[in-house]
Amino acid sequence: MSEYTRTLPAMRWPDAPKAAYDVVIIGGGGHGLSTAYHLATRHGITNVAVLEADYIASGNTGRNTTIIRANYGLPEAIRFYQHSLELYQQLEAETGAAILHQTKGILWMAHTEMAMRTERGRCLMDTACGAKTAMVTPAQIKSLVPQIDLTGGGRYPILGASYHTEAATARHDRVAWAYASGASQRGVDIFQHARVTRLVKQGERVTGVETPAGPIAAGVVLSAVGGRITAVAAMAGLRLPIRTHPLHAFVTNDHAPGFGPIVASTELMCYASQTDRGQMLIGAEFDPQPSYSRQSSFSALRSYTWKITRLLPFLRQMRVLRTWAGICDISADYSPIMGATPVDGFLVTTGWGTWGFKAIPAGGEAMAELIATDRTPALIAPFALDRFQRDHVLADQGSAGTR
Amino acid sequence: MHWLDCPRCGRRPLDEYVFGGERRSVPDTIDDPDARDFDEVWVFENPEGPTTERWFHAFGCRRWLTVRRDTSIDVVLEVT
Repeated sequence: MSEYTRTLPAMRWPDAPKAAYDVVIIGGGGHGLSTAYHLATRHGITNVAVLEADYIASGNTGRNTTIIRANYGLPEAIRFYQHSLELYQQLEAETGAAILHQTKGILWMAHTEMAMRTERGRCLMDTACGAKTAMVTPAQIKSLVPQIDLTGGGRYPILGASYHTEAATARHDRVAWAYASGASQRGVDIFQHARVTRLVKQGERVTGVETPAGPIAAGVVLSAVGGRITAVAAMAGLRLPIRTHPLHAFVTNDHAPGFGPIVASTELMCYASQTDRGQMLIGAEFDPQPSYSRQSSFSALRSYTWKITRLLPFLRQMRVLRTWAGICDISADYSPIMGATPVDGFLVTTGWGTWGFKAIPAGGEAMAELIATDRTPALIAPFALDRFQRDHVLADQGSAGTR
Repeated sequence: MHWLDCPRCGRRPLDEYVFGGERRSVPDTIDDPDARDFDEVWVFENPEGPTTERWFHAFGCRRWLTVRRDTSIDVVLEVT
């Protein structure tokens, strides 16, 4: 056994799906696998199948910018993401998988007095809800990130920033494989290249899924797809307040390691962090028009290279190494949608837009509890689909790229 | 998609336009007035394929355009 194969996640690959499962999860990304993992470890439910249309983490789980943070704009969201952030801190110890979790902190720059007021408000609300955030002065920013241009290229002067010290990054595909391996070893059946073509309904209840290999009966079907929720929900006869937009990001060639906290700016709608390999990772904004195209757009690349070099002029010397895009299901109020639907036997965890990666542990834990106990955990109750009918929408201004 | 052909201004970069949302109507199959209101306010068709939408030429002629676009490949089919 080589050093390489020793680090591969241990997986059990069944030949074919059984005729029936207690739970069928559509989508083998972070949220689907995390739900399966938590069903197996927390509730002892292992008669579970995860059906992934492509390969594990091929969707947005492997396409995001891996930032884990909790400094959102609404109490419900801050509590939820803070819980997720804390679960991420323990994830390596719990699963034994090296997910390369690194606490870095995130600096959220303010370029105007108005933005300073917003960031101060964010600090107060974050602190009240348990996320460690404080205001820092330009001098403190300069000592944390010596590369920064405090004049913002003359156009975006940095008046201050909110500093969320517990923000972190982790390797996204390793997170997915950590959950996949943990679930698989406990008896969850995971299938790659298993596309769901139809939902089987008996009366008003969803009782299973149809795949090219045949039907699979299910006690409960959970849709954890990213980017295709409108099509999956339509199979259940459900119409959702969701649009699908492509989100773009890119990495540069290697830079000397040791770049400090993640640098972000709401006004410029961009952020930069350094990967373990030393590449500078820059994202991300979604296209204004919905689309399912994963083609990277030159206009997006031009737009945020211009923006990020206002703050970090050294990036002008770097080369763009790779660009990519993911397609994000963005809900009408920029908050996720988790829980039951009007269709019996069909649950969704969706609307993960640009904030899905950081929510993988808490989202999966809560959805597993909902499936196992049939009660919605208090942590995710505000994110129910019926909030739109009840007039309790959660318009979150703290989400990246959703100003 | 980087360019949009405005019937008045000609081929202009996408940055000049503001996306105005899909043009849609509530399906006749929904009868309940509350359900129709909900659908009208919140739901998106969000199709993967051809769709009709409105674009505003904000930094041009400042008129609204109706655009047919294929969302699966993000290509404009027709502008009126």
